[in-house]
Amino acid sequence: MLKRVLSSRLAVLVLLAAIIAVVPVLAPSSFYLRVAALVWIFALAALGLTILTGYAGQVSLGHAGFLGIGAYAVAVGPAKLGLDPLLSLLLGAVLCGLVAYAVGRPILRLKGYYLAIATLGFGLIVALVLTSESAVTGGPDGMQVPRMVLFGWRVSGVSTWYWITGGALLVGALLALNIQASPSGRALRALHDSEVAAAGVGVDVAKKKLAAFVLSAVFAGVAGSLLALMNGFITPDAAGFMHSIELVAMVIIGGLGSVVGAVVGAAFLVVLPQALTVLQEYEQAVLGLLIMVFMILLPAGIVPSLRRLLLERAA
Amino acid sequence: MPQTAARRALRAAAVIASTAVASVFAVTPGLAADPIRIGSVVSATGPASFLGDPEQKTLKLYVEALNKKGGLMGRPVELVLYDDGGDANKARTFATRLVEDDKVVAMVGGTTTGTTMAMIPVFEDAKIPFVSLAGAIEIVEPVRAFVFKTPHTDKTACQKIFEDMKSRGITKVGMISGTDGFGKSMRAQCMKVVGDYGITVAAEESYGPTDADMTPQLNKIKNTAGLQAVLNPGFGQGPAIVTRNYAQLGITLPLYQSHGVASKSFIELAGPAAEGVRLPAPALLIADKLAENDPQKKVVMEYKKSYESATGQPVSTFGGYGFDGIQILVQAIERAKSTEPRKIRDAIESTKGYVGATGLYTMSPKDHLGLGTESFRMLEIKGGDWVPTETK
Amino acid sequence: MSIVDARHKAGHDEAEGAAPGKVMAEFLQLVFSGLTVGAVYALVALGFTLVYNASDVINFAQGDFVMIGGMGTVFLMAAGLALPVAAFIAILAAVLVGLLLHRLAIEPARGASPVSLIMITIGASIFIKGVAQLVFDKQFHSLPAFSGTTPIAIGGATLLPQSFWVIGGMLVLVLGLWVFLERTLIGKAVLATAANRLAAKLVGINVTVVLALAFGLSAAIGAVGGILVTPITLTRYDVGTLFALKGFAAAMVGGMGNPIGAVVGGLLIGLLEAFGAGYLSSTYKDAVAFVAILVVLLLMPQGLFGRRAVERV
Repeated sequence: MLKRVLSSRLAVLVLLAAIIAVVPVLAPSSFYLRVAALVWIFALAALGLTILTGYAGQVSLGHAGFLGIGAYAVAVGPAKLGLDPLLSLLLGAVLCGLVAYAVGRPILRLKGYYLAIATLGFGLIVALVLTSESAVTGGPDGMQVPRMVLFGWRVSGVSTWYWITGGALLVGALLALNIQASPSGRALRALHDSEVAAAGVGVDVAKKKLAAFVLSAVFAGVAGSLLALMNGFITPDAAGFMHSIELVAMVIIGGLGSVVGAVVGAAFLVVLPQALTVLQEYEQAVLGLLIMVFMILLPAGIVPSLRRLLLERAA
Repeated sequence: MPQTAARRALRAAAVIASTAVASVFAVTPGLAADPIRIGSVVSATGPASFLGDPEQKTLKLYVEALNKKGGLMGRPVELVLYDDGGDANKARTFATRLVEDDKVVAMVGGTTTGTTMAMIPVFEDAKIPFVSLAGAIEIVEPVRAFVFKTPHTDKTACQKIFEDMKSRGITKVGMISGTDGFGKSMRAQCMKVVGDYGITVAAEESYGPTDADMTPQLNKIKNTAGLQAVLNPGFGQGPAIVTRNYAQLGITLPLYQSHGVASKSFIELAGPAAEGVRLPAPALLIADKLAENDPQKKVVMEYKKSYESATGQPVSTFGGYGFDGIQILVQAIERAKSTEPRKIRDAIESTKGYVGATGLYTMSPKDHLGLGTESFRMLEIKGGDWVPTETK
Repeated sequence: MSIVDARHKAGHDEAEGAAPGKVMAEFLQLVFSGLTVGAVYALVALGFTLVYNASDVINFAQGDFVMIGGMGTVFLMAAGLALPVAAFIAILAAVLVGLLLHRLAIEPARGASPVSLIMITIGASIFIKGVAQLVFDKQFHSLPAFSGTTPIAIGGATLLPQSFWVIGGMLVLVLGLWVFLERTLIGKAVLATAANRLAAKLVGINVTVVLALAFGLSAAIGAVGGILVTPITLTRYDVGTLFALKGFAAAMVGGMGNPIGAVVGGLLIGLLEAFGAGYLSSTYKDAVAFVAILVVLLLMPQGLFGRRAVERV
């Protein structure tokens, strides 16, 4: 039993690592590397939601808020406080965790759609602060993010960022997979199925939910920091409502609770708009249509539905 | 069963959609006669589509007309156009795509300051000229080797407005601005120069980009004693609602709008409440009222006619920025007699006395905008139409 | 500007010593503003409630019905139709879209989890906006006010005649919906389905028809709201997102699934925004509204009028 779990976890990691290693070989230009790097970044943020929504069954419509906090940490830290970018990234992650803890404690008592609207409000307020406090954040037109310097080496270039983001995704995936297999992960999934039952068998429901929320916020924050550092520029719309919806959509389209699903979902929503540009003004309509068609045909999400189909075939 | 029939139909639709996508993909490269590729990334959808939509239409129309006339240096021009939806991250990705994948020789676009600033490093690194269509002065100050822009800066708009206020003896004003990029940037610029005209801002309010009712804010301005005029920096539907609410509350002080509303659709949206509103705007808006000997007369009439007949919509300042952007670029390519990005850059920088829809441009190594305050004209809305307040 | 600055400024205004009449007039002005905008939020929230009750689904395309109503009427009027005719056709069009959404997207996915169904409605919302920008355009549009634009003065505050149409229209729709649900057989079937779907099925109610009805009705309500409010707030192909967001918040604060809660929630959010902008900070008025919503939900986790346990997502 344990062996099987371990081997499947290993299989997921090896699969991801192989994809990350192969893309640069196949990519005709560095544009493709940039798109892939964006997939890794958004997949990392989506992995956080996999833990929160997929494992623990809690919904958040405000996670772009944490993405924004992480992004502005690496922008404001070096530019206004003279901090090292790498230190800013770490501080941003800590800040996301603390904010998630402070916000999560009261609002995680809410359930289902009520939690959804509370997190939505949180994300909205973060975006509003980033837009309004121009003196610190540069306002709606955004601000420059200083280049990261590691041991005297100026980190820039698409391929460099490709490997950094790919590595970050692997670390995130490893974490998520380990949590899934750990006793905590089982407790979280018990929560997902029934809070009452979970409490009945001795799971500290409030504590576990809060832990999942904090962890997912840190994932989103780190993803935001990487996005800002790679682009060298950040605007408040990174924290906007539409991006929160997009993150949730990645997790649902890919498949709730599946690590590979989060990556597939991120790829779906990052790559598809690039592919659809040929349709010009029909782009939005077709994107909406494709989301609907995929969800109707594969209602459990791409990865779990395909897995089921394959198993049915095999049987 | 209807259930399964619906499912089958959907599956078929999915197959058709995906093959359509795949086949279009396969045909794109390899056009005849080796076209000159010009790139563009605009916010044709999303919150800034009020600006980006006319820009996109203008660019498409211009290139279409150019190719009908035989193209550029005997070669067809291919416009590679992407819509960033107002998202700076997407804009950056498309910029990379234009440079790395589409191999464009130059770029006209960047609807908002945010998307422009996000894209600048891509073109600077690749040494490909980038003519921006966004407002903020930061785009060309400090001067970057490969970055130019065509729109007026907010500062010149503020100066034009305050000049007019000063001439009417106004010294104490209220301000209500949008919190979008346009409104916030113009507000900041206005606050910087307002002191030069001996004018103080005694009441200040703001509204969100999607707000539908500004009476609470305007009511506060109404209740501030001693104001002589109100200024509203903003674009899109906001200023139209402000203007209507202004009339609803019975405020009779002169109302100043910005160049952000400069399209006939503002008068339609604001209705009778727009009467008496003043704003700085380019000659484009009063094309038919310009004197015959006005240097811009011919250019703006031609652009206005072709845009309005093709789209059925009134011309706007923003489409004009796009027109000037692509025209400056095309003329530079003609002068350079080359599609080498560096040579195009040098030619753009040497633009001299170009007569455009927005104004007269003369660029230099120190000035990558090259547009003076005289390009703005102060207009007043009278009888549902623009009327110039001064004779030039 | 920070909240502190704004408070300071507001305090300053009061210190300048406005007469009590003026204070009252300002208060009234904010109430009028809040009720007008809130009435539309209430209608959108009502649409959410109807669909939710019949299916447990949050239909994120709800706001787009508001857009179809407004934009449809604008373009039909531009084509030469009179306002009432154009409005009627636009409402029919919205109903048709609602029914198609149910028939082609929700019904084929029957049995999928609520999250998947919500994702489908998000896809539908993107699709509707994508089609709307092709069928209509990307400009802002307005409709002529139904009975003029001469402001009406009440207690020192002013109100547009159109506001009466919006608030009155909302009340009529709410009353009509109540009569329909409580007094007609098919309305009772909707209520029964909302209360217990399995039991409703057992007593012979066709749940699919009820669900289609809920989608059609919610589309009609949204479209009417859009037509009433367009003369005041203007419309564009993408206004639906904002209305969906505010309407969803209204439905939640009122208590999901309760029509009275939806109406109260909508008006409350409208008023909170107006008071936030008028008394606190125009920059942070949305934050003021959401903080207030959070406080309400923390004190009453099922919303103001919520009773039913909410399905977990």
